[in-house]
Amino acid sequence: MAKEIIKRTKLEIAKSPEGLEGPGFFATKLEDVVGLARKNSLWPLPFATSCCGIEFMATMASHYDLGRFGSERLSFSPRQADMLMVMGTIAKKMGPTLRQVYEQMAEPKWVLSVGACASTGGIFDTYSVLQGIDKIIPVDVYVPGCPPRPEQILEGVLKIQEMAQNESFRRRESDEYKKMLNSYGIE
Amino acid sequence: MNQNSSPVDYLPILLMFVVALGFVVTTMLASHWLGPKRKTKIKLDSFECGIESLGNARLPFAIKYFLVAILFVLFDIEVVFMYPWAVNFKELGMLGVIEVFSFIILLLIGFYYMLSKKALKWEE
Repeated sequence: MAKEIIKRTKLEIAKSPEGLEGPGFFATKLEDVVGLARKNSLWPLPFATSCCGIEFMATMASHYDLGRFGSERLSFSPRQADMLMVMGTIAKKMGPTLRQVYEQMAEPKWVLSVGACASTGGIFDTYSVLQGIDKIIPVDVYVPGCPPRPEQILEGVLKIQEMAQNESFRRRESDEYKKMLNSYGIE
Repeated sequence: MNQNSSPVDYLPILLMFVVALGFVVTTMLASHWLGPKRKTKIKLDSFECGIESLGNARLPFAIKYFLVAILFVLFDIEVVFMYPWAVNFKELGMLGVIEVFSFIILLLIGFYYMLSKKALKWEE
């Protein structure tokens, strides 16, 4: 019954990972299951400071509906968030705040830099604006545009989903990851 | 259908509760054990919208805030009592008027006492 509905309506559901299948059992790698779960339940923490935030509102609303990808639950506390979405100009005064929010997020965490300002400083090539948030925190995916369309933001989220799914189980404990964080001055 | 049910028949319900509780506990523990953690000082600090927390939240503050809050509650309740009186004004008649006014006068005596104690003088 459920399979029929999916066939008829072009509905796409999360595919189960590869594994050993038999009557009444299914065996697969824990890493794949965790990856699948992480991929389809990324809770975003919106850090919207300017016009890209308006595009983000459209992304969350019914027309584009980020909820289709399992991210309808915005988390305004970094404790429960998986994905920091930085949308808009980050002034140098805002920098420490952004960094504090990033550092207070629980592992595993990903960062999506939306728009020209967050990624490079954009048109604000001045003394007061941070020339890209990657000067203070590591960024996983950059979304270009000034501001980017909701489709582009969705594409960025999908890229992060891909990363979340394929991430090694031990990556966050590895020395390489710690070294990378240390290069940003994060413990 | 068997009309005489024995306590054993309810075993599946107990089993369901055990499974439900077991599932919740297992998933919570599993996510706790499997998830990566980074317990740095900043991470464990209290979250105040990204601003570094300063000082202690348990500070002494002026008693006047408390007085104003209590006064608000007092007169709030007065208004709450006035609504049903206004709705049933005709049925209650003179008795209602006397009762409500005695209530208001009691409150006003308290209000006068508060004014005489200078509770609303914030500068002093």
